[in-house]
Amino acid sequence: MDFTDGNALAGPLREIFAVDMTAATSRCAACGHAGPVATLRVYAHAPGLVARCPGCEEVVLRLVRAPDSAWLDLRGAASLRIPL
Amino acid sequence: MTPGFRGRPRSSGPKLPPGQYLTEDFPVLTAGPTPRVPVDRWEFVVTTETGQQHRWSWADLMALPAETPTVDIHCVTKWSKLGTDWVGVSLDTLLSDVETAADFAFVHSYGGYTTNLPLEDLLDGQSWIAYRYDGADLAPEHGGPARLLVPHLYFWKSAKWVRGIQLRLDDEPGFWESAGYHDYGDPWREQRYQGD
Repeated sequence: MDFTDGNALAGPLREIFAVDMTAATSRCAACGHAGPVATLRVYAHAPGLVARCPGCEEVVLRLVRAPDSAWLDLRGAASLRIPL
Repeated sequence: MTPGFRGRPRSSGPKLPPGQYLTEDFPVLTAGPTPRVPVDRWEFVVTTETGQQHRWSWADLMALPAETPTVDIHCVTKWSKLGTDWVGVSLDTLLSDVETAADFAFVHSYGGYTTNLPLEDLLDGQSWIAYRYDGADLAPEHGGPARLLVPHLYFWKSAKWVRGIQLRLDDEPGFWESAGYHDYGDPWREQRYQGD
């Protein structure tokens, strides 16, 4: 077996999402602009939160909160650098 | 006695889907900056599953027979607005000469927004490309110069700033459908999120 199941992510992800993500540096998958998540342009008058790149206006992050779950779509982020 | 058989509706009036409240104004929801599309540069393109394209300029759209639907609209953020007046061209008219075996429509907008729905939900008098609202040209913040209007589904399906429709054999989730929202979005069945 070369791999384990996703339970192996539990510890690492818990550590990451315990921090204030607005201090993380996101890199836009579309234009490469990097900057603090806190500087993204968030459109909140919408069915979810849409955070766009201040450089190119492409979507970097989407967060949809349902009563019993959240969807976090990060396909517009090439990376997140998270201070630990 | 069966609860509800003779009782009052639980939370909303008879014209409101479950979980909705009535609003008299017209809230503006947007997932990004408002595109400003001059009508002389506007076009609407239907692309079939074989790649065949059908294009309409603004003048082409204006030359088609207009309809004046009065419809109730229901936003997934829980407001509903009753008896809204629109002018637009029926998708039955626009798709009448389009040959397709597609079952699904993938709608895309100026500004990059997308949404998906079954093709049959666009037909039989159920949807329009709307360009006037409440007696005036459709304002940019409400999707002008033209938006899709599919009032029997949650309003996120009624894409603002509509630019085209891709007719597909398979179902491709759109902007909200790929981020937790329901693939179909029937307000009367309260299909807000995936799994509802």
